[in-house]
Amino acid sequence: MTQISNSPKSIFMSFERIQEKLKILADAAKYDVSCASSGSKRSNINKGLGDATGMGICHSYTEDGRCVSLLKILLTNYCIFDCAYCVTRKSNDIKRAAFQVQEVVDLTINFYRRNYIEGLFLSSGIFKSADYTMERLVAVAKKLRLEENFNGYIHLKSIPGASDELMKEAGLYADRLSVNIEIPTKEGLKLLAPEKNREDFIKPMLKVKNEIIQYQSEKKIIKSTPTFAPAGQSTQMIIGASGESDQQIMWTSNYFYKKFNLKRVYYSGYIPISHDPRLPQIGTDVPMLRENRLYQTDWLMRFYGFEVHEILNNEHQNLDLDVDPKLGWALRNMAHFPVDVNKADKFMLARIPGLGMKSVHKILQARQFRNLNWDHLKLMGVALNRAKYFLVCDSRDFERRDLTGPQLKSIILQNTTSKYQNILSPQLNLFG
Amino acid sequence: MLNSEEYTLSYDGTFDGFLTCVFHSYEQKMSNVTFQRNQHVQQSLFGSTIEIITDLEKADRVWKGIKSKTSARGSLRVYTAFLSEQAQIEALLLNYIQQAFISVLPMDFDFANETVLKVSQIAKSVGREKHRMEAFVRFKLTTDGIYFANIEPDFDVLPLISKHFKSRYADQKWIIYDLKRNYGLYYDLKRVEMMQLALPDDYDPTKTKTDFFTNSEIEFQTLWQDYFESTNIASRKNMKLHVQHVPKRYWKYLSEKLR
Repeated sequence: MTQISNSPKSIFMSFERIQEKLKILADAAKYDVSCASSGSKRSNINKGLGDATGMGICHSYTEDGRCVSLLKILLTNYCIFDCAYCVTRKSNDIKRAAFQVQEVVDLTINFYRRNYIEGLFLSSGIFKSADYTMERLVAVAKKLRLEENFNGYIHLKSIPGASDELMKEAGLYADRLSVNIEIPTKEGLKLLAPEKNREDFIKPMLKVKNEIIQYQSEKKIIKSTPTFAPAGQSTQMIIGASGESDQQIMWTSNYFYKKFNLKRVYYSGYIPISHDPRLPQIGTDVPMLRENRLYQTDWLMRFYGFEVHEILNNEHQNLDLDVDPKLGWALRNMAHFPVDVNKADKFMLARIPGLGMKSVHKILQARQFRNLNWDHLKLMGVALNRAKYFLVCDSRDFERRDLTGPQLKSIILQNTTSKYQNILSPQLNLFG
Repeated sequence: MLNSEEYTLSYDGTFDGFLTCVFHSYEQKMSNVTFQRNQHVQQSLFGSTIEIITDLEKADRVWKGIKSKTSARGSLRVYTAFLSEQAQIEALLLNYIQQAFISVLPMDFDFANETVLKVSQIAKSVGREKHRMEAFVRFKLTTDGIYFANIEPDFDVLPLISKHFKSRYADQKWIIYDLKRNYGLYYDLKRVEMMQLALPDDYDPTKTKTDFFTNSEIEFQTLWQDYFESTNIASRKNMKLHVQHVPKRYWKYLSEKLR
């Protein structure tokens, strides 16, 4: 790498040029919401630089409240495709730039040494061809690992249509690989990105999945098998760009989780960036509340033991905006409640509205010592304002009215204020 | 028979010193104990003050005892809570240890027990501060080739973050200096040691002057600030969330917030 020296000269050929490139290529990469830097098992070897064994760290937060964990940039924003939803689409009149491989390496290493970042997130516009682009991304990761002995986190984009050989090489150097399916439905993709088809997204995803499975079985026999994408794969969908329902989004998500063993699916509320008549117009609000409800549903599927069809099905194609999806499910399934916190199993405790998994685990542990009553639950920090209608404990006090779902919903809404109050009832703003 | 007289145990403020106090309280069957750190010794009006000399052997015996009665997380919780430096944290921890010694089940999971809850809450705040320091330390490259960072954490978390930085920055010399407690950690490419610095009078910890730092340091700070601004999405602005994640008291040493 370029050595740091005390000479007044810059380590870069032209500092101003690097500065401009960084601004353009960070700005273009910011719509990718993935920020995870956890889940890898890469430890520091031979006294090199970096370690990616622990949990992820958010080194800072932008003013929009999103975590800054990785140096998230595009290698270039030149692109041969013209996807309507994308800011780097060919027909968009914007400044273009391209990093050299060494420049990305220098930025990553020097940011990392100052404890600004956990590692690199490298994506790219597609120039020339899928393979040509993927090759450059792999070259950056390879150089970081082999020449710089860098053990921090590397997240590479899988370029749709890249060859199996390149994907295999990518997995040897990257911790995580991801390919964004972007549009949840086939029809939407056809409308907004007619040059792309779903098979191109799926091909690299499938290759990586199979390589991970192969790695895991070989690892059992040969300990020295080189690791392959230890933090797995993820993908991202844009929400609200193609008129899709929540059911379509979450069923697609569920399909990818199950079929490709994805670690994460990210949901990104569409930010209007174009006057294209096929899309929401500039000035339209970002669907942040909807995005939040989708993440809540994603959590219920991954950590709370819910099946996607319990929450979204042909009768309920969209999530309620005024209540969270777990409360929504409980209100439709009042027959399962109340749950006895001193007897119920983990599965049912996790279904009580207002109870997070941390509280569930605390209850399971604390009740070995004594039967829990309301005071105990309060002391432990369990949020009871919603939960109290759905549970009984070691007390003669409990909700005795035989309330229907809709009755209970109106009681709960009257007694709680949502942080999304402004979105839910915008007229309040007039007097706020 | 239990000795119900009031005692004040004065010790050196170290964790080993505290554990030695615990040892004495058991040996003398004291039931009514308050603690005093040597730096602020006050003659108490009632009862007697005993000066406890830190004894590593005794401390080790108590520590082994705690470990045998709690889970690994439970014993770490005692140490972490101690680093909070809160007033009378010692008395709370003594109470915790006394209960742990007589409990049949490992007491650390008894979340409906008030002492367990208090200690775990304090340990949690210290743990949060540890995690924040792992995130918010900003190294600056000095002209001596050392990556230097100053911090002012709410709690004494340097002992907790040492391992993290050692395994991460194994190939660079670094110093993390706690300006509030006036000591730091120095990694010399072999081991991490505690150290004290006599900082120059004109040293301003919020500035990056080329008297101390390299020219390239200023370039990378500029690039980092640019990056921080470019990666923000203006149409999603949410300052409340931003400040919740990055409380204002940390801003003065965060290079991205110093533009």
